[in-house]
Formats: sequence, C-alpha cells, structure tokens
Amino acid sequence: MTTAVERSAAAPVPGIEPARAAARRPPAEEARRPLWHRVLFVAALVGAAVIFMLPFVWLVSASLRPREYVFAPGFLPTPFSPENYAEAWRAVPLLTWFGNSVVVGVAAAAAVTLSSAWVAFGFAYFRFPGRNVLFGLVLATMMLPFAVTMIPTYLIWSELRLTDTQVPLWAGNLFGSAFYIFLLRQFLLSLPREYFEAARVDGASYPQLFWKMAFPLIRPALLVAFVFEFKASWTDLLRPLIYLRNEQLYTLPRGLKVVLDRFGYGGEQQWELVLAGSVLATVPMIILFFLAQRHFVEGIATTGRKG
Amino acid sequence: MATVTAPAPGRRRRTPLARREARWAYLFLAPWIVGFLVFYAGPMIASLWLSFTEYDVINPPEYTGLDNYRELMSDPAVARSLGNTVYYTALHVPLVMLISLGLALLLKRVGRLQGFFRTVFYLPVMTPAVAVGILFLLLLNTQDGLINRALGLVGIDGPSWTTDPHWVMPGIILMSLWSLGSTVIIYLAALQNVPRDLYEAASIDGAGAWARFRAVTLPMISGALFFTLIVNTIASLQMFTEVYTMYFGNRETQNSFNSDAASFYVIHLFQEAFQFLHMGFASAMAWLLFVIILVITLVQVKLSNRFVYYEGEDQ
Repeated sequence: MTTAVERSAAAPVPGIEPARAAARRPPAEEARRPLWHRVLFVAALVGAAVIFMLPFVWLVSASLRPREYVFAPGFLPTPFSPENYAEAWRAVPLLTWFGNSVVVGVAAAAAVTLSSAWVAFGFAYFRFPGRNVLFGLVLATMMLPFAVTMIPTYLIWSELRLTDTQVPLWAGNLFGSAFYIFLLRQFLLSLPREYFEAARVDGASYPQLFWKMAFPLIRPALLVAFVFEFKASWTDLLRPLIYLRNEQLYTLPRGLKVVLDRFGYGGEQQWELVLAGSVLATVPMIILFFLAQRHFVEGIATTGRKG
Repeated sequence: MATVTAPAPGRRRRTPLARREARWAYLFLAPWIVGFLVFYAGPMIASLWLSFTEYDVINPPEYTGLDNYRELMSDPAVARSLGNTVYYTALHVPLVMLISLGLALLLKRVGRLQGFFRTVFYLPVMTPAVAVGILFLLLLNTQDGLINRALGLVGIDGPSWTTDPHWVMPGIILMSLWSLGSTVIIYLAALQNVPRDLYEAASIDGAGAWARFRAVTLPMISGALFFTLIVNTIASLQMFTEVYTMYFGNRETQNSFNSDAASFYVIHLFQEAFQFLHMGFASAMAWLLFVIILVITLVQVKLSNRFVYYEGEDQ
C-alpha cells in the first residue's frame, strides 16, 4: 500500500502542471535540526495520524462485535461476531441499495463527465461572440446555493412524473456542471491548438476533433471528474430524501438513514447492524480512493491552485 | 494560464468560416445552455416568485406579497437555525484552516512517507456523510463514547455531547474537523509551490523560523488560504447531511430537545419545504441564504485584497 502511495505522490498526472520540484528538504537539512525538534515533529505527525485513524478502527472493530459488546473498551473485535453483516443483510435490502448506488453513481458520473467535456471543448477551442460572458455565467452558477433551485427543480421532476424514480438523481448531470467544465477546459487549453488545426486541414469534423483527439488526450482529467462525481453521488443524502419514497429504490446513504432510525433509535437498539451498514457504505469509497487517489489528490490541488 | 485560442474577433466583418465556427461553438455549448435555462435561470425566477406566495404543491400558489419575508424575520425557529449555522461557521472555518495548515506544514517535512500520511488525513473525506454522522453519534456518546473515554484518561469528565443542548454544537464542530483533508491537500500543494530560494534568501538575511513563516510562507500561500476560506464558509453555511442524520428525520429524535439545539438553516429549510409543504416560505428562506452567502463572500473578497499576495502583480 505504502509503495503505491509513494509512487503516485512522485508521479503527477500528466497534463496537470506538476508542483514545483523544490518541494522536499534534503535529508542533510533535516539532520541538522536539534534532536528534540525532530522527536517533537515525529510525535506530532504520528499523534495526528492516530487521531484521524482511530474512528475508522473503532468503526470496523465495533461492527464485528456482538450487540452487548459494541461499546466495550478497546479496539479489538473480541468477541468476534462477523454475523452482524449477515444479520444486517437480512434485516434490510442492503444489496439492492448497494446496487442502486452503483447504478445511480455511474449514471451521474458518466453523464456529467461526457457533457462537461463536450461543453468544455466548446469553450476551449472556439472563438465566438459572448464567450467570456457565457463562461463567467458558468462560473457564477457555482456560487448559487442548492437550496435556491431545489424547490422548482423538484416541481419540474414532479410535473414530468419522475419523482419516486432515480432519474432526478442523475439526469440533471446530462447538461454539464460548472466545476467540471472549468476543470476540463483548463486541461483542453493546455493542448497545442496547431494539433487540432492540422486535423481540420485533413478534413476532420469538429465532433471528430472532440471525440477522436481531445477526449483521449484529457483522459486523466476525465477520470478526475468521474471519480469526484461518483463520490458525490455515492454520499448524497439530500436528493434521495427529496425524491425517493419507495424503499426498493433507495441509495445506500438513504438506506443507512433508515437503518439508523430503525435499529439505532427505535425500539430495541441494534447498533451492531447500523455499524455494519456504515462499514459497507464506506468501504467502496476507500477502495475507490486507493484505485484513483492521484486523481483525487490532483483534482483537489488543482482547484486550490486557481485560488 | 496562457490561452491557446486567439482573442475573440471584434464586431467588424465576420467571414463565413467564422460564422460556421460560431454555429458549431453554440452546438457544443448547447447542453449547458439548455441546462442553465432549465435548472438554474428558470428555477431561480420560479423560486423568487414562489417566495412571494403561499404554496403547498396541492393548491395553486397564492400571492401574499412580502408576508413570507416578514414572517422570516420574526420566526424564532428561523432565527435559531440561522444563529446555530453562523455559530458553527464562525468556529468551524477558522479551526479547519488552522489545523489544516498545521498538518500541511508537518506533511511538507515528511520525506518518503508523505503520500502515506496524506492518505491518512484524506480518508475521512471519503467516508459518506451519513456514516460520519452515525459514527460520531457513537463516538460522542456520553458514557461509552471513545471521545469521553479518552477525556477520562486525562481526568476530564466529558460532557453529554449529544444530549445536552449546550454541548450539541461543540460536538458537531468536533465531528466536522475530522473531514478537513481536502483543505490539507490544498495547503500542501501551495506550500510545495513556494520556491526554495525565497527561504534561502530569508535565512541569509537572518530570518528565524517564525520570521520566515510570516514573511515568506504566509504571503506565498495566501491565495490558497483565501480560496479555502471562501469555499469552506459557503459549504458550512449549507451544512446538512451529517447533522440531519444524527438529530432529524425520525420521530424520536425530532421531538427531543437537541433537534432544536442542532437545527441548521438548510435543515430547517428542507423541513419547511418537504415536510410541512411550506414551499413559498422555504423559497424565501433560500433567497435569504443566497443573499447572506453573497454578502459574506463579497466582504471576504474585499478584505482579501488587503492580504492576498498574487505573484507577478505590481505592488
């Protein structure tokens, strides 16, 4: 695990301007610091890391203990009770929710990535009247709180008789999204224009320029958009709360809220089921992070750099 | 960033080629333009109009003038949720920035294991917010929670984080600090972009560690500080999921006293809209939030002109 982490730290995603290599202090300089200084540094770093990791450790461990031991002291899953997961599986349609989250997440991420790339190409390649005004408008939509458009958007989907379906959870993404249009445009602008013009001379159409040339070249940025939106969709509670009534259509966060309300608060408390559900909702995100971590890290660093 | 495209042509004569190109450009922009009209411009107008009406979805909206806004100003529940939200933001944002900067400074000094520790600080961000809410509901548990156990080890009798109305908000702020990893990564990237020769020059001039931090590091990363200030403020004013998970949406928690203490603005707005079907009133709440966010952001931008240093800008 560690080596993968280091490799990706050393190799920035191609296409994103690499951070200046001046980053790290040479070891000699580190060695020149007084010993107590170095001890304090290691203690602070390791201490902070432990504090950030302990909630995870407790979550996983407590989810593997029998009901009456959930709050027992210590971080080991003893007595060991993996049945909690099977029990949670039986108590609620976890598998269905899991599948729903995957379907909605992939639809949302694919829709927003494709449409934002298409629009970003329009902004990056073409010269046309009103371009800067329109792009300013794209950026301005990022400032608008979700709450302002929430109610009329609900009324639109309701008018289309699409409430209590999963369509409102992803279909809005078919029209591009400001943050990703901005991100992908930055990437497209770094590609040499002559390259596209040469293809134009050879008779390529604009959609061909986009699909055959730009699209493959900005793959790293497309992945950034895809994993960010997939994560956003996977963790979203508000939209499923607004649109979904039928439990069979729930996504994992919405289902997890039901699990909490039913087994955490209501009646006999069965926290071990709530915890098992929480672990199941979290693990895919952790795996996604390790699969795509350079895209997450570079994506976040890039957003900061524009500031 | 250097623009690859040539500057937009002026208003003079436009060649057929340029016109053909413009047609294609709008074809590429079409999805966004449609989306903007249907999901932004239209809903904005609609919600502004709804904010002057009484509307319960079943009956057609009824124009009531400024009634919603008048009610908004005098409703104690709205004032409570707004007060809580501002309190949360005022503590959450500076704490996130301070702790993230500390962690980023630590990370910057780490050699080969930097990627590992960066992952450690970022992983909580990947945790779904509902799971974060559930997890901290238990970690903050008065008798058996990990946090009060840890406080007990150093002889502190921990408070009732989730049941004592005075401690609900500090507990929520504590929870929110677990997920500050994005800010750490932004600061780390900014710190790594500070040219080493600046530090060397400062050292030669006799600057100590603190002076180098004040005179080199802070100005060089002020852009990142400003960016995270704005983004974190806007996000925390719209806090919803974790707190809703912990204290709302369920009869037993809803009626308990802590749902009042944990009431956030967007949670209250959501309930007005989708539980009580006060769509007009909720729309007025949304517009008030929009105005608040705009004003706070503008103030932050104005203030930032004084302390944000942009490289290459004439002083």
